[in-house]
Amino acid sequence: MTAGPRLEMRGVRKRFGATVALDGVDLEVAAGECHALVGQNGAGKSTLMKVLSGAHAADEGEMRLDGEPYRPRDPLDARRRGVAMIYQELSLARHLTVEENIVLGLEPSRFGWLDRGAIRSRAVDALAQLQHSEIAPDARTGDLPIAQQQIVEIARALAVGCRVLVLDEPTSSITQRDAARLFALIDRLRGQGHAVVYISHFIEECKRVAGRFTVLRDGRTAGGGDLSGASIAQIVDLMVGQKVDHLYPRSPRTPGEEILSKDGLALRRGEVLGIAGLVGAGRTELLREIFGLDPVRGGTIRVGAFVGPASPARRWAQSVGFVSEDRKTEGLALGLSIADNLTLSKLDGLVLPSRQASATRRWLDGLAVRCRDPFQRVSELSGGNQQKVAIARLLHHDVDVLLLDEPTRGIDVGSKAQIYQLIDDLVSKGGKSALLVSSYLPELLGVCDRIAVMRRGMLGPARPAAELDEHALLLEATGEAAA
Amino acid sequence: MNPKAALAKLGPLLGLIAVFLFFFIAVWSHTGRNSFATRDNLQTIALQSAIVGMAALGMTVIIISGGIDLSMGSTVALTSVVVAALLKFQGWPSFPAALGAVAAGALCGAVNGALVTGLKVVPFIITLGTFLLLRGVAKEIADNATIAPAASALDSLLDQSGVLPSGVWMLAVLAAVVSATLHYTRFGRHVFAIGSNEQAARLCGVPIARTKILVYALGGLFAGLAGLLQYSRLTIGDPTSAPGLELDVIAAVVIGGGSLAGGEGSVVGSLVGALMMTMIRNGCSQMGWPNNRTEIVAGVIIVVAVAVDRLRHRRGL
Repeated sequence: MTAGPRLEMRGVRKRFGATVALDGVDLEVAAGECHALVGQNGAGKSTLMKVLSGAHAADEGEMRLDGEPYRPRDPLDARRRGVAMIYQELSLARHLTVEENIVLGLEPSRFGWLDRGAIRSRAVDALAQLQHSEIAPDARTGDLPIAQQQIVEIARALAVGCRVLVLDEPTSSITQRDAARLFALIDRLRGQGHAVVYISHFIEECKRVAGRFTVLRDGRTAGGGDLSGASIAQIVDLMVGQKVDHLYPRSPRTPGEEILSKDGLALRRGEVLGIAGLVGAGRTELLREIFGLDPVRGGTIRVGAFVGPASPARRWAQSVGFVSEDRKTEGLALGLSIADNLTLSKLDGLVLPSRQASATRRWLDGLAVRCRDPFQRVSELSGGNQQKVAIARLLHHDVDVLLLDEPTRGIDVGSKAQIYQLIDDLVSKGGKSALLVSSYLPELLGVCDRIAVMRRGMLGPARPAAELDEHALLLEATGEAAA
Repeated sequence: MNPKAALAKLGPLLGLIAVFLFFFIAVWSHTGRNSFATRDNLQTIALQSAIVGMAALGMTVIIISGGIDLSMGSTVALTSVVVAALLKFQGWPSFPAALGAVAAGALCGAVNGALVTGLKVVPFIITLGTFLLLRGVAKEIADNATIAPAASALDSLLDQSGVLPSGVWMLAVLAAVVSATLHYTRFGRHVFAIGSNEQAARLCGVPIARTKILVYALGGLFAGLAGLLQYSRLTIGDPTSAPGLELDVIAAVVIGGGSLAGGEGSVVGSLVGALMMTMIRNGCSQMGWPNNRTEIVAGVIIVVAVAVDRLRHRRGL
């Protein structure tokens, strides 16, 4: 093993027009190390990764790979040099087979013809190295579960001889059990001498998988060190720059009559009901059935005085609103303006821009959305601000029941705190009700009055959040408490 | 509005001015006199643009909604035949005959819309089917010939009278109406929302099917009006007329900033696009260039216009 670090970044700077995205980043990752990179949204993690992967060129600063200067021209160049990225949204060709994906872009060929045998052996080798030989190399990639697709993507990185593997929020869309497998896999990769950069919002996760960490804040390296010697609170302080006191505000609430029910589920006026469970347990489907986005598979839905299934349009009319877990493909029309997105569910027959703008401005100010003006494109906003726009739509519509599916996924701590405050205000002061699906247990425990756990499509009884803890919820979700 | 957005809006117009200046200079130096930028010739360009422009109003709405209508040329031919048939065989007066033809166009569009939403098949395939089907129906009605009714008031929609022919005024007024509808009505905002992200629109309670059927019906309605202008220009109903018109119309919308992915497009842009297409044809013919060279120039301009638009988008992001 060489004495110097595998990857070294010194004083990396990058600006886009007037915006400084990176303002002096230092990062050092040794071979055989898993290094956690944490920071709020907008801290510069994605830009840093794009610089590393050759998608952007740094304006200033120095990068070295095994001591040699490293300045990738483009992503393919970076891949050839052994720097591989696994993005949150996987970049696989869904219609191709596993082995075709693994060699994609660097297909072995003989006289211009694909060398099928070499492709197969390379794919089999890479999967075996990851101890995931159960994935068939000739399976259609789109047919695999997300966790296995992720493995395929890592295998693709290994197949070209990767030296630095960067994982961006790899557990955001997989179950806890798959996450555990992924951590074991990262441990093995470390053992094989690969350098791994692990980006995540979840510090607990980083502590499990990584040895050292670096915190990015406002495009700068704000601190770092050994994860074993740092408490979560200390790391969060570094990320935020100031202390977060009341992340989960909770005013006195007085739940009233039942306002929404389905099977065993009963949501009362003036409460937040949480639904815990693993990804794939059917929580999202439950919300979508209630809201009329998916056909109802069983049970009777009651919303106030209305009984039975209804279309999304009817649900809005019944004062029910839905925030999708998938902001990009369903939650927002990214190409449209903030005003259009915010008012879409409740437009007058005649749409006057001035009225649209004043209605929008009210919510933008109330939720502290950072934007230029109401007619700015939503795609230009940061994730946290986009999510606030998606939630503001419900406020503009003034719904009584808020169906919130992972409302804080992938957004920064500051925006999260504002959304928690908002939910508390709506429920305790406004007499609204919220049904909250979340995979982040501290959030459920902090925000909800009662929590029910969903497992394999079955919803358990709702119990007061005060009587529950993460351990109990996790046990029930994984089904080990049933015994 | 910030300068970048203003420039983006003006892009197609700047392109039009560039094309205009090019032919102004080229024709002058070729013929030794200004025969391009004369009042007569500009009037000619305006009325030649009217048919493509009228159809482009409908196509703009369809393309903003994320759809496409390949059957538009066939609908134009069909409605021109319908109006001729109503005048000649049914003996209808001009105005009811015109209304009947426009209604026929709207019906064709509504059928397209119903098929697209009902069968959940992409509009490219559905309208590829109706493209053939409607052309066949037009020939059926005309019995594979042309229909030549007696002279009527409908013959003069595109005649040089006053500053501009009445058909061009009609186009201008309707363009303003469509533009206002797109921007200031719930229906218009729904069209943009469906084109930008249909799933998000559904989540927000936008009536997808109803809106789409209306969008295609509107497309058919404007194709019907274009058919009326077509009839007025030829003064006969010709089922083989307007071949490939839909491609000119799509090109006009795309030159004008419309995105085939939906969610983007403007009426003014599309009209500018239509003018540009006509100006190129007109300019090339004044240069005495053969038809094939005109096609090459038009093709190059379309590709350049779209490439410039893409570059602008990439930098904007």
